[in-house]
Amino acid sequence: MAIKGPVPQIPVPVWRNFKDLQEWETLHQKRPEGDQHSKAFDAVTEGIHSFPGGFLVTTVADNFFNWARKSSVWPVTFGLACCAIEMMATFASRFDIERLGMVPWASPRHSDLMIVSGTVTIKMAPMLKRIYDQMPDPKWAVSMGSCANSGGPFRHGYHVVKGVDRIIPVDVYVPGCPPPPESLLNGLLLLQDQISHFRRTGKRADPNPKED
Amino acid sequence: MSSGTVTADQARTLIGERFSGSTVEGTTALTVTVTPDAWLPFATFAKETLGCRFFSFLSANDWKDEGLEVVAKVDNTDTNLAILVKSRLGAGVTTCASLVPVYRGANWMERECYDMFGIRFEGHPDLRRILLQDDWVGHPLLKSYSVDTPYPPYR
Amino acid sequence: MTTVSTTRQELDYAGSERLTMNMGPQHPSAHGVFRAILQLEGETVVGVDAVIGYLHRCHEKLAETLTYAQYPSIASKTDYVAAMTSEFAYVMAAETIGKIEVPKRAQYLRVITSELQRVASHLLWLGTWCLDMGGALGGGATIFLYCIREREDILDLFESLVGARLLYGFYQVGGVRYDIPDGWATKCRETVDLIDQRINEYQRMLEENPFFLVRTQGVGVISRELAEDVGISGPLLRGSGVAYDLRRATPYSSYEDFEFNIPVETAGDCFARYRVRMVEFRESLRIVRQALDKLPEGPISSRPGLKSVAQTRIPKGETYARIEGARGEVGCYLIADGSAKPYRMKWRGASFSNLAVLPHVIPGHKVADVVAIMGSVDPVFGEVDR
Repeated sequence: MAIKGPVPQIPVPVWRNFKDLQEWETLHQKRPEGDQHSKAFDAVTEGIHSFPGGFLVTTVADNFFNWARKSSVWPVTFGLACCAIEMMATFASRFDIERLGMVPWASPRHSDLMIVSGTVTIKMAPMLKRIYDQMPDPKWAVSMGSCANSGGPFRHGYHVVKGVDRIIPVDVYVPGCPPPPESLLNGLLLLQDQISHFRRTGKRADPNPKED
Repeated sequence: MSSGTVTADQARTLIGERFSGSTVEGTTALTVTVTPDAWLPFATFAKETLGCRFFSFLSANDWKDEGLEVVAKVDNTDTNLAILVKSRLGAGVTTCASLVPVYRGANWMERECYDMFGIRFEGHPDLRRILLQDDWVGHPLLKSYSVDTPYPPYR
Repeated sequence: MTTVSTTRQELDYAGSERLTMNMGPQHPSAHGVFRAILQLEGETVVGVDAVIGYLHRCHEKLAETLTYAQYPSIASKTDYVAAMTSEFAYVMAAETIGKIEVPKRAQYLRVITSELQRVASHLLWLGTWCLDMGGALGGGATIFLYCIREREDILDLFESLVGARLLYGFYQVGGVRYDIPDGWATKCRETVDLIDQRINEYQRMLEENPFFLVRTQGVGVISRELAEDVGISGPLLRGSGVAYDLRRATPYSSYEDFEFNIPVETAGDCFARYRVRMVEFRESLRIVRQALDKLPEGPISSRPGLKSVAQTRIPKGETYARIEGARGEVGCYLIADGSAKPYRMKWRGASFSNLAVLPHVIPGHKVADVVAIMGSVDPVFGEVDR
């Protein structure tokens, strides 16, 4: 049997700084500057809005779209660690997340919501970023549990990312280790509330929505 | 005496006869310390003569200045004979014989041990990191490795 | 066995097209973050490289920085589906080194909780495994939803006992942390009886389903020799014809007081592992009933009122403590140096060894069987990667 030595120093992989992901994104997800809608769409909505009484039309349209969005938020089944078990319990018989119009879906391409359920490690971080990038806009992320919020009990571990918000933007943080399904449901209801504060189709909600 | 029916007392005598530099402790669960040269021969002996066919785990300890120590545990599932075998590699030594030719379960265990301690198992068919990425620098379970080692841009 | 022989013939097929397929790390049937790089020839898998470590949370290094009072609640995060048993292994190692007595009542409470936990863990396994094999079982999620329903009943028991649903921190060095509340025993008996009935229902539902039998019988055969060589344990080892159960081989925590059978199947395929676990359900429920009947009065911990986290000091020494977890031999190799923290802790996760058998078993099977085999191994990635 040939003796194979340990793997020597391998060149630093390109994903170290998400370089390949950035290239990939420019290739496949090229969007207008600033993640805006097309100029024509903006001009039309702006025109309607500035017309006397036109704000009624845009507000009603926004409310309608927001109602549709928040009533069918499909979470991608993305289980990482302990919290994934509680997430499954939330999806299953007793807590039945489908009451909120949420259907756990196994493909990120069809999903709107990523529930980051568990510890994000350094090996997993680029995969997580990639899966988040594969989801179509508009998309949301819920950080479930202490580990995803801040690293939790493993914060000082050499292989643990101190919070998933270092990798992707997070809309709702659910505390707990692990959060019981009631907690996660509360977080998802908060998310629905946040979605209903969306303004101008396609923009990310203000992290601190103000009642208008 | 067939290999399936070795009791702890018989095992103690057999080990003493066969491996002169070894020490045996314990009554039911034996702790055997062997020299690094006898690491692979002892595994073969344990499997074939003592009937310890169940491979439980393999790991290592870092005794700072005294060097590394490899630990393995094998069981005889028929007689419940449990052997914990240890071997001090000596200060600065990071090579050890691989147990993969004897126990297939040692494959992943030795990869993990290489990952965590940097011990090179000679004779291992595919020695590369298993838990951490291939480009990871350092071996985390060594006492010289800080638990809170930063890793930009993540932590 | 037919599956293996037919695929052997297909392996001889001289087709040159070899496809590399990546499965994971986000795969709905991977039971966690597991990546398998499969080499395919047509539909047949000819090689598999398993990539793990996506959930490596530095348990062994962190254990060196946490005291004996702090770590048990972190230990529950290794095998998070059966958290009680993983805490058990750690506190047992500390007790063995420190020669700390555990009161009889605490031992019985440990038995009750770890057996209930085994039932809860097997329920989750049954549900997710059948969900993975999906459409073949007529509506896929049916068994999953049923099993989660029963699991919630057990989690309710744990919640009223500990206050937590999934990760407990119930064990402490010297005993357990809480005594059972009023009326708990009655509720526990009712739940146990209910689950006993429902298990029969599920077994009938599955074993009368020809699709289930086709997908499990003769699939993923692990021979006795391979099983012992790789060191797989628990239901997998017993499904391969080795009657080895640590509760019987090295009785700990008063397991010698209870009557129970050790199920053994010799076929070594997915169906055998399923049969073993189905019997284990009943045996665990039987042990819970006996333990509730015999539950002695007395203190629940030999060192009550543990206030400071550094109060538990363990003398110098080392040991390997092992218990029979839901997935097999959960072991904790602990070296104490006389301070409040261990010098070194090695966690022997049952799933790590169980998963190591996959590269030996999967080649020769179809892609669809990979999911069935992986589900029957029942890995928990917190324990694989630690």
